[in-house]
Amino acid sequence: MDTFPKLLMRHAQERGARPAIREKDRGIWQTWTWRQFADEVRVLAAGLAAEGFKRGDHFALIGDNRPRIYAAVCAAQCLGGIPVPLYQDAVATEMSFPIQNAEIAYALVEDQEQVDKLLEIQPQCPSLRRIYYDDPRGLRHYDQPQLMSCEKLLELGQAALARNPVLVDAEIEKGRGSDTAAMFFTSGTTGVPKGVVLTHDALIDRSRAVAEMERLGEDDVVLAFMPPAWIGQNIFSYAQPMVAGYCICCPESPETVVNDMREIAPTYYFAPPRVFEALLTQVSVRMEDAGALKRWLYRYFMAVAKRVGTRILEGKRVGPLDRFLYKLGDLVVYGPLRNVLGMSNVRIAYTGGEAIGPDLFSFYRSLGINLKQLYGSTETSVFVCVQPDGQAKADTVGPAVPGVELGFTPQRELLIRSPGLFKEYYKNPEATREAKDAEGWFHTGDAGYVDRDGHLRIIDRAKDVGKLADGTLFAPKYLENKLKFFPYIKEAVAFGADRDRVCAFVNIDMDAVSNWAEKRNLAYSGYTDLAQSDAVYELVAGCIAQANADLAREPELANSQIHRFLILHKELEADDGELTRTRKVRRRFIGEKYGSLVEALYDGRDTVHVEAQVRYEDGRTGTFSADLKIRAAKTFAPAAAKSAA
Amino acid sequence: MSDVLLEVRDVSLAFGGVRALSGVSFDVRRREVRAIIGPNGAGKSSMLNVLNGVYHPQQGTIRFESFEFKDMDPGRAAALGIARTFQNIALFKGMTVLDNIMTGRNLKMRCNFLQQALWLGPARREELEHRRAVEEIIDFLEIQHIRKTPVGRLPYGLQKRVELGRALAAEPKVLLLDEPMAGMNLEEKRDMCRFVLDVNDQFGTTLVLIEHDMGVVMDISDRVVVLDYGRKIADGSPQEVRNDQKVIDAYLGVAHSA
Repeated sequence: MDTFPKLLMRHAQERGARPAIREKDRGIWQTWTWRQFADEVRVLAAGLAAEGFKRGDHFALIGDNRPRIYAAVCAAQCLGGIPVPLYQDAVATEMSFPIQNAEIAYALVEDQEQVDKLLEIQPQCPSLRRIYYDDPRGLRHYDQPQLMSCEKLLELGQAALARNPVLVDAEIEKGRGSDTAAMFFTSGTTGVPKGVVLTHDALIDRSRAVAEMERLGEDDVVLAFMPPAWIGQNIFSYAQPMVAGYCICCPESPETVVNDMREIAPTYYFAPPRVFEALLTQVSVRMEDAGALKRWLYRYFMAVAKRVGTRILEGKRVGPLDRFLYKLGDLVVYGPLRNVLGMSNVRIAYTGGEAIGPDLFSFYRSLGINLKQLYGSTETSVFVCVQPDGQAKADTVGPAVPGVELGFTPQRELLIRSPGLFKEYYKNPEATREAKDAEGWFHTGDAGYVDRDGHLRIIDRAKDVGKLADGTLFAPKYLENKLKFFPYIKEAVAFGADRDRVCAFVNIDMDAVSNWAEKRNLAYSGYTDLAQSDAVYELVAGCIAQANADLAREPELANSQIHRFLILHKELEADDGELTRTRKVRRRFIGEKYGSLVEALYDGRDTVHVEAQVRYEDGRTGTFSADLKIRAAKTFAPAAAKSAA
Repeated sequence: MSDVLLEVRDVSLAFGGVRALSGVSFDVRRREVRAIIGPNGAGKSSMLNVLNGVYHPQQGTIRFESFEFKDMDPGRAAALGIARTFQNIALFKGMTVLDNIMTGRNLKMRCNFLQQALWLGPARREELEHRRAVEEIIDFLEIQHIRKTPVGRLPYGLQKRVELGRALAAEPKVLLLDEPMAGMNLEEKRDMCRFVLDVNDQFGTTLVLIEHDMGVVMDISDRVVVLDYGRKIADGSPQEVRNDQKVIDAYLGVAHSA
């Protein structure tokens, strides 16, 4: 069983009547069994073969989590083709690079929106010959010859199978584990995206290692709600179910995820920290609106949970009174809260992709949710380090998963050797050589070390870890994460490399702050207006002062306290290039784009004028100008904080 | 394509001494998007109210398919397949989106009160069938996430969409839209335009709409009627109407010399 299509056909035999994929459609969860799924894949593959799709061809897939998108991934693999999932929320121009780079001729997309994007870039992408669409809505009057509905493709497949029933199965047999299984374009925090080539062997090996470690089986359920083009989503909703035989569920629409999650109650859950953050913000906001009794109960029992919850989850010794209080809390607060979050049945929850705030992490664990961290990247088929049950720490990502070797350069850069490593960057031997050395070590670009318990601890990106002018360590990501944990702060960008002190940009969280403002009868007209109000500045200054107090206690980071800050006039957006598609802050880009604001932070001014080009959704542009306030935050002397603590 | 579905001929309507409409005639062809425009108080809403029988004109006739009437009444209009939305949203605020749209299926329900109260077999089958139809509309209008939300809690733009959904639930032949984009921001307007065009395209529904936003009207209508002071002053394609001197005068005002 060395390829995904072979695994699928085995599931169809062994557990043919078990659910493979569910999708909520027209208000009802529709189930596809493994047998149905395999049949669909076979017909799709036959259709593609009839259309001239050959071994080694790339197949672009653009859409949200839909059964057909996953069926198409497998159909391409059946024929020895290479699925290339692309981010469905990317703008058209972002799609042209992957399509040109991989000379993609075939694409399967979800709906009219994606069809429009591909047609828009068609002139730059002459290789693109065929676009199949799943949802025909709005496409009735499109007469471009390259368009074809999935229904039609399936008809072609049926006809091809009628002529030659073993057409697809014969192709599946030709597949080898060393063949390329998929290609993922990295989100490109730096420069142009790179196509990461992964083999069946690599993906199956890593999926299996962790499936065995966590004893994943056919009874597990996953909700697929992150973009399928993200390696994490692909591992959890394609590679691992293929290995372990569990069921994945596709939400009705991106807006219904919270509700769908409650209905499905997944057992296995994976989300980047920002999703956990958003959920916590929602909970906090709703608690603020609750009655006095409920607020009191929540505050009281969350304090109990904070004290003993994590220890109970880890099976450590806890006094009888605390144990009783926790039981009570479980009845009135934790249980209902887990239910609202859709996490009642969660057996294993992972977070990764970015550092998670320690308070955020322990919040979920103290509720009795087995949240753990993992470390990995597209190049490593995700799983490098995973925290085993009972050994979850907030500041590490756990020990290496069996099969993985860790190493470090003298500059603390993490090196990895693993059977899950990528084959190459597509058509980019230079980048491949840079990332993977002659001895097979992958240079991650992350800085970190292994602690005394053998757990890996990541500090920051190796190239971002800098020094302040006085030579002390400056780890911007670490500071930003500290700020982002406050419910009122959505994003933060810290500056300080080679400067005498640290300053920061802040984005307020509109949901949380608008709710806060409403409570205080603060009137505002929109994001910018609210963000620039004095009250909000005070609110944020309070948060920063708290973060500074924490920092003052850590000897290495005491000098990284944030001295001055400003609240940006707009939210940082991926569409403006300020965040990556996975919503990581692009610090350097922001630093250049808002260079004048950065200077103002350091030259002591109280306000700074900003004039910006804004682009509306319909493509029109306008200019925007405002005066942004700059405020100082309270800082603490390292010694004083020490004596206070 | 002169397949006329709905025609009004020489309609006049007065409230006491106020003449809301005087001698207005126009027709609506099958599957077209027909706009009625005009300055404030031109009689646009009155015209719509005549079409679905809320107002009874003193003069003139209305022809719908092969039926000819002196006036309409709302029940008959609905039964014939004329549905509408309102300028001021008229939904049941305390009911969920789903239930509101379900009320649009009212005329299609065949089971009697007793069957429904006892949840007998036919009533259950019927309910399922209606629910399926409603879910199609929810999917079509992309409002899955608010299916179970009480309408009163929704922002204005979404309420407008729900109202469109309820009108669609009746599977009308003609849909009368009274200022579907009023009070919306640019993005909401664009969404609404898309839905309106999709309704026309996908369900083949004939649309008669009143709209103030000229950009919208010119973009989505096939033909436009212009009213001013209760009279028809122009009728034709958006291009023709746009260049009509009388229309320009009505909108921009003209110096009255007498």
